[in-house]
Amino acid sequence: MSSMFGARVQRVEDDRLIRGHGAYLDDLGEDALVAAFVRSPHAHARILDIDVSGALDVPGLVAIYTYDDLPDKLAEPLPLLIPHPTLTHGRTPFPLARDEVNHVGEAIVMVVAADRYLAEDAADRIVVSYEPLPAVVGLDAARAADHLVHADVPGNLAARSTQERGDAAAAIASAPHVLELDLEIERSASTPLEGRGVLARWDDQAQRLRMWTSTQTSTGVRAAVAAKLDLALTDVDVITPDVGGGFGVKIVHPWPEEVLVPWAARLLQRPVKFTEDRREHFVASAHERAQLHHVTVGYDDDGRMVGLDVRFWHDNGAYVPYGLIVPIVTSTQLLGPYKPDAYRVEFDSLYTNTVLVTPYRGAGRPHGCFVMERTIDAIATALGLSRTVVRERNFIQPDEMPYDQGLIFQDGRPLIYDSGDYPALLAKLKDLVGWDDFAAFQENARQEGRTVGIGLACYVEGTGVGPYEGGHVIVETSGKVKVATGLTTQGQGHQTMLAQVVADELGVPFEDVEVVTGDTRRFGYAVGTFASRTAVMSGSAVALAARKARAKALRVAADALEASADDLEITNGIVQVKGDPDSGIGLGTVAVLSNPLRYAFDDAAKAATQFAGSSDDSKPPVAEDDEPGIEGRAYFSPVRSTFASGMHAAIVETDPETAEVTILRYCVVHDCGPLINPRIVEGQIHGGVAQGVGGALYERMAYDDSGQLANASFMDFLMPYVSEVPARIEIDHLETPSPLNPLGIKGAGEAGVIPGAAVLAAAIEDAEGIPVRSMPMSPSDLFELRRAYSQENS
Amino acid sequence: MTDATELHDATELHGATEVHDVRLTVNGAARTAAVPARRLLSDCIRHDLGLTGTHVGCEHGVCGACTILLDGVPVRSCLMLAVSADGQQITTVEGLADPDGTLSPVQQAFTECHGLQCGFCTPGFLTTITAGLRTTPDPDEAQAREIVGGNLCRCTGYQNIVASVLRAAEILNDRKAGRA
Repeated sequence: MSSMFGARVQRVEDDRLIRGHGAYLDDLGEDALVAAFVRSPHAHARILDIDVSGALDVPGLVAIYTYDDLPDKLAEPLPLLIPHPTLTHGRTPFPLARDEVNHVGEAIVMVVAADRYLAEDAADRIVVSYEPLPAVVGLDAARAADHLVHADVPGNLAARSTQERGDAAAAIASAPHVLELDLEIERSASTPLEGRGVLARWDDQAQRLRMWTSTQTSTGVRAAVAAKLDLALTDVDVITPDVGGGFGVKIVHPWPEEVLVPWAARLLQRPVKFTEDRREHFVASAHERAQLHHVTVGYDDDGRMVGLDVRFWHDNGAYVPYGLIVPIVTSTQLLGPYKPDAYRVEFDSLYTNTVLVTPYRGAGRPHGCFVMERTIDAIATALGLSRTVVRERNFIQPDEMPYDQGLIFQDGRPLIYDSGDYPALLAKLKDLVGWDDFAAFQENARQEGRTVGIGLACYVEGTGVGPYEGGHVIVETSGKVKVATGLTTQGQGHQTMLAQVVADELGVPFEDVEVVTGDTRRFGYAVGTFASRTAVMSGSAVALAARKARAKALRVAADALEASADDLEITNGIVQVKGDPDSGIGLGTVAVLSNPLRYAFDDAAKAATQFAGSSDDSKPPVAEDDEPGIEGRAYFSPVRSTFASGMHAAIVETDPETAEVTILRYCVVHDCGPLINPRIVEGQIHGGVAQGVGGALYERMAYDDSGQLANASFMDFLMPYVSEVPARIEIDHLETPSPLNPLGIKGAGEAGVIPGAAVLAAAIEDAEGIPVRSMPMSPSDLFELRRAYSQENS
Repeated sequence: MTDATELHDATELHGATEVHDVRLTVNGAARTAAVPARRLLSDCIRHDLGLTGTHVGCEHGVCGACTILLDGVPVRSCLMLAVSADGQQITTVEGLADPDGTLSPVQQAFTECHGLQCGFCTPGFLTTITAGLRTTPDPDEAQAREIVGGNLCRCTGYQNIVASVLRAAEILNDRKAGRA
């Protein structure tokens, strides 16, 4: 049997999905009542009064809830999920606003009715009176703090955090050259095609809650809902159905709707469902990316960074339920593959009256990569050196692995790179894009009146963060293998990829392995799907679980075959003496034998019953330290994250008149260790690159000064269509295994998106000969940039 | 299903709201729904007819996830009222495969080419491409991109969707020639 690890297997998920038989959240619960919300039209206001009287005669209305209806823990603010010592002023929202709203879209009233049309009819007739307050929009306003988002948070400052390795100020002061740069990244958002959604059923006889939610963490939701509704964890099932994309936004939990819907279902004794619409997703979920950075770098004549100081300001929106993860990731992952002699970073995380900011694919890395790569390019420009040469001189070398960056990472553990070969990656990238031939291409283009440029950007990505994931593998008496892991799936092909791992470990056909994710009934301990962690964490966990099941199967089969377990192998689902196919028994039979029976439920089971005469009657049927069944349960908890890496290069053409940017080539080299399924990894890179391109050239959240999101629709928020994405994303892989997990793998989920803004900024700068310090770059932005630059230099 | 039962339920549900009988041929079968005049076709298909394969991604006709074939023409079902589809033929994603379960060429191509990830936008792509290949049975790459040019996908970066269009045309032509 050939190895499944590394095979370009077609996905087992697809058949249901392409037939229209997927089961996404809104496809469930046709019998459920439906919730709709009255949301704030103001960015900042005091709530004076809520008058629901006009809604009461709407047909189909079942219930209206405001903050005053919320009992006990539901009346408290939602949890601050990731506390951090420097998060001195963490604020989270109430499930329904109490007396103040802090962003457009904040939920104030929940309406439950027979269907969504009627629920919205009722919501429309509810009159909320407000006293508008000054809105704080954008980092400048947040820093100026003329007005406060939260009256009890001075300076709008949620947190100020500093990390330093060496003495950066002294290093910069004594450096031969010093540069300062201001670098800015705008807001974007995950924007999955399916918004959020939740369905809850309360079983009053059993006093149990079953809920489905479009989440990246079913166990997280379960714990939060159980706590909020005062239920035992064992009385709450959370099932993640098919999820129409996540990209980070669905890791936040519990959303207000995720606690309100089950609460209402219990109160009303009826199933209740909420399906977020597109506008709600823009104004009531989460955004990411907005940061402003000031860089001071000291470097020598060779372009080596001797001291790097980064001061930045992070717009965390109205609340910080997910803590400081995004700016912490920026502050640490900014260093990428480089090793400045000294580094100091300080950030302020600031409140604004806008949608909250939580991780979106890349989670702080795209900004960090943009800052670092713009800095390196600026050094190269200042010294008149090649951009690749300056990078090579600053790279951490392969023989320096593991490399301790001397900082604390987002998991509270030391930032120690475990593996990687950055010079090899750069060599591959230069080959792939034809870096050395570009100058001639550019010159030819110039003679034709065309403006083209090339850029590159490098990144290192901490993947597979802890604390742990688990896996369970059981061999059924049919010989089929059922696998469960607790984290969830949003389209990454986990069922396929994890089945490949288990098929190899156990020695069974891939087709016989079925994987379930994100169902607390099947696996109750898990963290969630984020930070490119599934392959590393659950991949390792199911591999270890499969090894346990395999060892058990060999032990049981050894008894039956009167052989030593060491002499046995499992091939194609058959346990046999090595090299002797005639000796074998099927794993299903081994599963029967592993479970001593009193009752023969079918013919196969007879072999395991008490009169079958196959057991030693001097011993208990199940040994003291043994269990029935061929099963394995295992947890994988690495000491720290594993660090994937990659480099992108892009060639762009800019239109001299319209200032439109066209991507002519887009090349990716990538190191996520051994690839479980190259087809899936490439798909992840494709999607990431498209999001990177979107963030670099098209997407921004257009808030006006009053805090209205002016482009809260797909008509106005420019997500890339096929016409905006490079026709061909060229990919090459390097595979340096991680020493930190049994499969040697590193994560791949976010790889495509991280360098998007950085590489396209570099390419545009190269084409235009104008420093690019702010992204995204729309044609209008580039037009203005050209005008400002020509005025400055005229 | 019986009209009387549906009308009864619908009247309860919609209270005083007037409901209208809509008669459709959906994936070859005659279907009836009693709906208020404002019911979107997409909601009717999903919630009245129970065909949840058609997805709603934006409710304003931009993303294309809800695309169905109305008398063979791709239409955004979120931009149309159910009552205005009365008497017409609808094909949803559930109706693309042959009655014996054989995948349509476009469906087959999507599985072969990894043309989907989360699968939420996929039904709209499948219906759109099915119609596109009827008018452009032998697309080059530029035409393949044009066929899917109005649908949004957030997962795939479109690379494998374009590959799927080209592969679907091959399968279609092979099947026509009796080679598959």
